[in-house]
Amino acid sequence: MNSENTTPFKVATSNCPSGTEPVLRVDQLAISVNTENGLKPLVHELSFDLHRGETLAIAGESGSGKSLTSLAIMGLLPPPAVRVTGGSIHFGDQELTTLGENAFRQIRGNRIAMIFQEPMTSLNPVMKIGTQLAEAICAHEAISLKEARLRALEALRSVRLSEPEKRLNQFPHELSGGMRQRVMIAMAIALKPDILIADEPTTALDVTVQREVLDLLRDLQLEMGTALILITHDMGVVAEMADRVLVMKGGHFVEENHVESLFAKPQKVYTRNLLEAVPKLGDGSGEARMGRPDEDTLVAELENVVVHFDVRSGILGRVTHRVHAVENVSLNIRKGEIFSLVGESGCGKSTIAKAMVGLVDHSGRIRINGHDISPTYGAMSNQTRRDIQMVFQDPMASLDPRMRVGELVREPLVIHGVGTRQEQDQHVEYLFERVGLARDQIQRYPHEFSGGQRQRICIARALALNPKLIIADESVSALDVTVQAKVLDLLKELVSELGVSFLFISHDMAVVENISDRVGVMYLGQIVETGSRRQIFGSPRHSYTKRLLSAVPTPDPSRERQSLARLVGDVPSPVKPIAERVSYVELVDMGDGHLIALEDTMK
Amino acid sequence: MAGFVLQRLFQSLLILLGVSIITFVLLYWLPADPVRQIAGRSATPQTVENIRQQLGLDQPLWAQYWRYLTGLVQGDLGRSYLQKTEVSTLIASRLPASLLLMAGAIFAELLIGLSMGIIAALRRGTTTDQSLMIISFIGVSAPQFVVGLLLLYVFAVQLGWFPIGGYGTFSHLVLPSMTLGILGSGWYSRMMRSSMIEVLRQDYVRTARAKGLTRVRVIFRHALPNAILPIVAMIGIDIGIFMGGIVVVESVFGWPGIGQLAWQAIQRVDIPIIMGVTLVSATAIVIGNLLADLISLLIDPRIRTR
Repeated sequence: MNSENTTPFKVATSNCPSGTEPVLRVDQLAISVNTENGLKPLVHELSFDLHRGETLAIAGESGSGKSLTSLAIMGLLPPPAVRVTGGSIHFGDQELTTLGENAFRQIRGNRIAMIFQEPMTSLNPVMKIGTQLAEAICAHEAISLKEARLRALEALRSVRLSEPEKRLNQFPHELSGGMRQRVMIAMAIALKPDILIADEPTTALDVTVQREVLDLLRDLQLEMGTALILITHDMGVVAEMADRVLVMKGGHFVEENHVESLFAKPQKVYTRNLLEAVPKLGDGSGEARMGRPDEDTLVAELENVVVHFDVRSGILGRVTHRVHAVENVSLNIRKGEIFSLVGESGCGKSTIAKAMVGLVDHSGRIRINGHDISPTYGAMSNQTRRDIQMVFQDPMASLDPRMRVGELVREPLVIHGVGTRQEQDQHVEYLFERVGLARDQIQRYPHEFSGGQRQRICIARALALNPKLIIADESVSALDVTVQAKVLDLLKELVSELGVSFLFISHDMAVVENISDRVGVMYLGQIVETGSRRQIFGSPRHSYTKRLLSAVPTPDPSRERQSLARLVGDVPSPVKPIAERVSYVELVDMGDGHLIALEDTMK
Repeated sequence: MAGFVLQRLFQSLLILLGVSIITFVLLYWLPADPVRQIAGRSATPQTVENIRQQLGLDQPLWAQYWRYLTGLVQGDLGRSYLQKTEVSTLIASRLPASLLLMAGAIFAELLIGLSMGIIAALRRGTTTDQSLMIISFIGVSAPQFVVGLLLLYVFAVQLGWFPIGGYGTFSHLVLPSMTLGILGSGWYSRMMRSSMIEVLRQDYVRTARAKGLTRVRVIFRHALPNAILPIVAMIGIDIGIFMGGIVVVESVFGWPGIGQLAWQAIQRVDIPIIMGVTLVSATAIVIGNLLADLISLLIDPRIRTR
């Protein structure tokens, strides 16, 4: 459609009019949901073409209709409520919107295959990997189960899964998220489909695993010439993977262009805003904050903090293994400072937060605002509890759906018996305005708010008791980038104006660079590098920090991607037999508070 | 795996010990005097006292219980006060009939309940769904003696398809099994429906559809094994509920099982039989739960590794 401003580039794309027929042609597609008030449109008159061997990214925030579009192509829209109400989807010479279920079944998984976002829940938990793969092959080809298993093995090899023979007989829960996503990809490519749809394929994965999965997808696509539709909210992934990009918003087509042109010269305001909101590594966006932390007042001091979880087994329930969640972590957080902990899933960053609010037992010493925290669960004093508050990841799940939001924000005041009813009302009103919500919203229920607004409510609740320290555990991870940027700005304002400190826990390097004063990088329960934002992002020293940074997709298609040394296997498990000792890393001061772990002490 | 079974067997023994203590104490405190029942109304106080001594009922509670327990571990359930036979013989002669009835009932309730639940889940929100749920509600709320008599009236008296009562052939088994099973099928259909709806929403069901599998395969190979997991645990508990129902149903249909035996024993305060039937029922419940756990283990690999 935007053929006038397209420039010929990559060989794989054949977009000249004289070229081959598109493998998929979506024309004026409309999708609607049946509600009590009649049909409500979800996707409006969307049109695009897809050619062999090209990667088309459909980008947009939540509610943009990008996933619905992909489900419509697969014929998997949740019946009977959601359905295609107009337009056509041509796959070769077949019209998919009117195709019968039986004919569609033969295309699904065979000619058009799909990979989903959540590898943890996308595989049947009670079926072996091999069976799940083999049945996908048997559904379309008349071959014996034995042959299908051989093909399955071949597919697992092609997605570079370690020990593929062993995997065939394993169940999904025995595999990590990254491994499961490889299985999903193997399942999708086993029959060499013409079109592969990947719906947020790496969103649930750690950044280094994301890198491997993206590399794998690209390699497989080159090898097989499959057309790839990549659905994502992550403009970094778009920039690295796509040939063409289609931007959607609220079910509407916004713009479509070649990836370089789109990033260089976005035509529409929305696209421009979207690109601007994307946190970028190394753009210095974190410099803007007013006010400096108070160097002398420490709101949190952690000394040699250790958290273990016992794993019991056998008839007598003896402790045989131990999860080494946090090992010997020491750190300080100053007044008016944002300290970030980064690391991949299972590195122990959230466990540190739990220990600090007294939700898990710890050994070592934790002081909050000068008071020691009891090492046993639940024995924390109320005063200390007032000093430290939390904001969680999922704003949908962390507000009681049966309470009015005003009551939710008031609740901490009620629990701690602060002020009279009137004073509490005033304080709640003040808090609502402070986090950017209107007073007249106080009487509403959580479901009437968007994700970003709900997270603001959670922040207001955390602020209610004037805490010294707020722990924000992945608090912006579930938000769309434009919303995320605004919430990050709010957090910075709160630090400058109220002098509150934040422990900001995140897996997102770009967000961490945007918001932090100081950063700690965690790996397997230990801090391997810590220092100011500039030290960590400007001159990272530890190999793990470097690997994390280089794995982050850059939202700039013109930049040459650095090749990353491929990881062999997964991160080692923090679960160890009870007899096995853990070696502590040794931190060395590189000057100015920049501490790094000596590499050879790390196992 | 073996460790798990051993652990559960050990727990089961403790449960049975607890059940025996509680039942024994309750029966000891019973206001009705078993000796009076044995001796009859016209017996002299001397006779009553003699019988009491003979049965050891004049001894303190702990001594009586100890004697019972030592007998029990040797497999001796005592003798019936009135029928003058070994309780174990009485139970052994009637247990097969009850087990058969129970098997028939479980089969009936699973067949009716699960298929109703699956159909309702697949036709969610339609009139089929609503009618099935109304039927299951009636099944749950109807008292068993009413259902039993109703079935008897319609299918035995009016239509004459099945015998009115008794024991022996397959057609004797149908009506009592249905009476017992209808209550459970109401429960199962509701549980199965919600479990199935939950599972059909799962990502892996979408994955299965995305592979291009047939609808039948998606439902029976992918959804069903996952949806049935919470139901399996229910079956174990269900056996306990059956034990209550068996007393009623066996009386209505003249089924010669342990329910009838228990009913007669309760009327005559025949304590050894009441104890024996209670312990056998408790054992059945414990075994049922153990089997349910083992079946779950078989279906769900995630529990196996724990």
